[in-house]
Amino acid sequence: MSGGNGLRIGIDVGGTNTDAVVLDDTDRVVAKAKRPTSPDVTEGLRAALDAVLAELDEPGRVRRVMLGTTHATNAILERRALGRVAVLRLGAPATTSVPPLSEWPDDLRKAVAAGTAIVRGGHFVDGREIAPLDVDAVKRFLSGVEADAVAVTGVFSPASADQENRVAEIVRGELGDVAVSLSHEIGSLGLLERENATVLNAALYGVARDVTTALRSALESRGLRVETFFAQNDGTLMAVDYAARYPVLTIGSGPANSLRGAAYLSGVEDAIVADVGGTSTDLGVLVGGFPRESAAAVEIGGVTTNFRMPDILSIALGGGTVVGEEPRSVGYRIGREALVFGGSTPTMTDAAVAAGRGSVGTHGVPDEWRERLARAVRNADEQVADAVDRVALGKADRPLIAVGGGAFLLAGDVPGAGEVIRPAHAEVANAVGAAIAFASGRLETIVPAAGGETGRATLIEKAKEEAAARAVAAGADPASVQIVELSEIPLSYLPEPAVRLHVKAAGPLAR
Amino acid sequence: MTLSVPRSVVKALAMQARISLDISLEDVSALARGCAVLGTGGGGDVRAGALAARRAIREHGEVPVVGLRDLPGDALVLPLSGIGAPTVSHEMIHSEDEPVRIRDEIERIFGRAPAAVMSSEIGGANGVAPVAWAARLGLPLLDADAMGRAFPEVQMVSMYVAGIPANLVIMSDVVGNVVTIRPVDGLWSEQIARAVCVASGSSALMADYVLTARECEGAVIEGTVTRAIAIGRATEGAQDPLAALQEELGAVRLVTGKLTDLERRTTGGFVRGTVTIEGTGDDRGRTLTLEIQNENLVAVEDGRVRAMVPDLITVVDTQTATAVQTEGLRYGQRVTVLAWPCDPLWRTPKGLETAGPRAFGYDLDYLPVEKIAS
Repeated sequence: MSGGNGLRIGIDVGGTNTDAVVLDDTDRVVAKAKRPTSPDVTEGLRAALDAVLAELDEPGRVRRVMLGTTHATNAILERRALGRVAVLRLGAPATTSVPPLSEWPDDLRKAVAAGTAIVRGGHFVDGREIAPLDVDAVKRFLSGVEADAVAVTGVFSPASADQENRVAEIVRGELGDVAVSLSHEIGSLGLLERENATVLNAALYGVARDVTTALRSALESRGLRVETFFAQNDGTLMAVDYAARYPVLTIGSGPANSLRGAAYLSGVEDAIVADVGGTSTDLGVLVGGFPRESAAAVEIGGVTTNFRMPDILSIALGGGTVVGEEPRSVGYRIGREALVFGGSTPTMTDAAVAAGRGSVGTHGVPDEWRERLARAVRNADEQVADAVDRVALGKADRPLIAVGGGAFLLAGDVPGAGEVIRPAHAEVANAVGAAIAFASGRLETIVPAAGGETGRATLIEKAKEEAAARAVAAGADPASVQIVELSEIPLSYLPEPAVRLHVKAAGPLAR
Repeated sequence: MTLSVPRSVVKALAMQARISLDISLEDVSALARGCAVLGTGGGGDVRAGALAARRAIREHGEVPVVGLRDLPGDALVLPLSGIGAPTVSHEMIHSEDEPVRIRDEIERIFGRAPAAVMSSEIGGANGVAPVAWAARLGLPLLDADAMGRAFPEVQMVSMYVAGIPANLVIMSDVVGNVVTIRPVDGLWSEQIARAVCVASGSSALMADYVLTARECEGAVIEGTVTRAIAIGRATEGAQDPLAALQEELGAVRLVTGKLTDLERRTTGGFVRGTVTIEGTGDDRGRTLTLEIQNENLVAVEDGRVRAMVPDLITVVDTQTATAVQTEGLRYGQRVTVLAWPCDPLWRTPKGLETAGPRAFGYDLDYLPVEKIAS
């Protein structure tokens, strides 16, 4: 439907700036803009959108908008606009030693929890039921809560989802059109982390609606009728109705976007990426064009979750970083406060200019600062070399792609990396990453390693089909969906050999 | 406690004076950090145990810590540990009723209730979770455990070294089943307990070696709960957490450097591997290799063993002095390897036969870490 000459807009909301780009149907950047991120996010987003639209001769040719935003993260951090969630766990008599939301910060729990219960149900690792689902207890719980949404988490549901699906039906029967988050659709093994993510997801439905509405009205008021997509934490996209169901997956999309954008702009698929922003530099690794993912637990607003996020190492080095007062940054006020803009605060931008790495600003660097700034550059180079070494995991020859508004801070030669690549449009790589992203679906389950090679192969085949179906549901073109990841991790200490199977499918958006 | 005297000393003095000490919500974090250090790389993730402990303290109140001497000679001590697959207990969390069922079974068998709960393994998850179990039962926690660290196999406990027969095991699972085993020896105890655990979904709570306080004398390792808390406290707010930890442990610093190689293989249910750490700063030019098998077992430099099991070897983050588990080791980490003496019980002939280097397949004659260092 995008036609032969459609345009698309990628927008990425960062901590300091909101970036927007327009790509044509050959993925060429035809417009770009950077605006300060506003406290409410939406205002900065509109400003960036207006700025790129103003550059277009025919804004009406825009067919799609891809948005990577921090609305959900901010809502959780600020405990704002969150829905009230009925939290239901299927697992009693197991799991009672740590009830739902036990370790949540009090204010977040108060903002979100409409009620919690652990009812009889759930499964063992081998698929047997811990207890049959206690349907009466589920109904009793639902009749006693006033909630905007329901979050359902069953023990071992990633391997046995039937009870969670039944609860979804019961909720529909009892409460009608109340939204339900099922944990097996959201997270992987690790009950508390998956439950936390599922509850956060349920709490974010309203936020997702608000963002969608705000974006739609912003677009419509500019005469645009477009399809919108949201970027998620693994560098892929979700169609808007899909994002409305899994808003929590939009958290942490920024680093993934910048990695994907760096791969696209440089044409290099295996590399280290350093995204230098206003307050920090994020380093990540591209493997086959996709971000290498972290195995560590991810904390959001004081709550531990187990999302797969890009493996990112952040260091306190950005264009606005104040020399001698790290990690403080002047942020978007750099245009007034930095020495090269006539201000009185020595920043890393000043240091880089003094070192001859770029020409930025309206003023020269005063001589009395030169020695301190030179020292700051040496320190920064060491910091970067150290960080590169940490993320490189011993492979020293990969190129380093420098992106972000502060990419010129980086030296031309970084120890531990090969060539330093500085692609065109590097300063808006994150927005480009959002614009060119694929849609994806993923699935995690447990598959017995025994039971015959054919039985196992059938189960893996089934898992691949399900992941592909999820990618299509997220907006991918059914004809070009591919399995991009398939990992089998043997589980230790189990009576019957079994593997944890992880499948991810991705493909370009349907035309 | 803002005294400059180490908290362990304060607690020990208080213990002698029979002043009761309670594990509070905030002690749990210190205990968890200390248990991670004593886990020598293994023993399971302390986080889940800490969650359960905090929840149980909120629900049932703080947990008094008692010394052996606080208990009458015929008082029953209940050593508890979780057994099963870590992947399973991370997903199928324990029921809060498991310890209750074990206690009830003890009462049926012995005609009296236990007087205190004991951790079977202070290193790792099983060092922290007993706080939850004790709180649930309204019992004190004995300031002792059966290892003084973490070990991978059930016979590697002080009671076995002390010659106490393994003739009673009581298990309780998430759905409420209770199984009492009267095995003929430790090997059968292990085999039957494993089979029961599998039937229970690969996770259970287990009491073995139910002891009287009198029998505990010389058969348990005393002072380990307060020691774990002291270890956890030592790094809190310290200017130099690493130095503070090293001092609290009385540890030898084997190397400070960067993890440059990590080779891991899973064999027979255990993760084995070799870790290489190249010295940085003052240690530049030195290379230490660590042999791991769930726990850190042998540290070698220039072909010379610098520390070996049963002495404790722990890898910590150089900046924060937080213990790094073997599963958490990654290339590029800036770490320091500390080693310090095990409890004297493990240095007896029977102790070394049970958990010395040869028990793990290393053809090495045991040498105490402090002797190698001097």
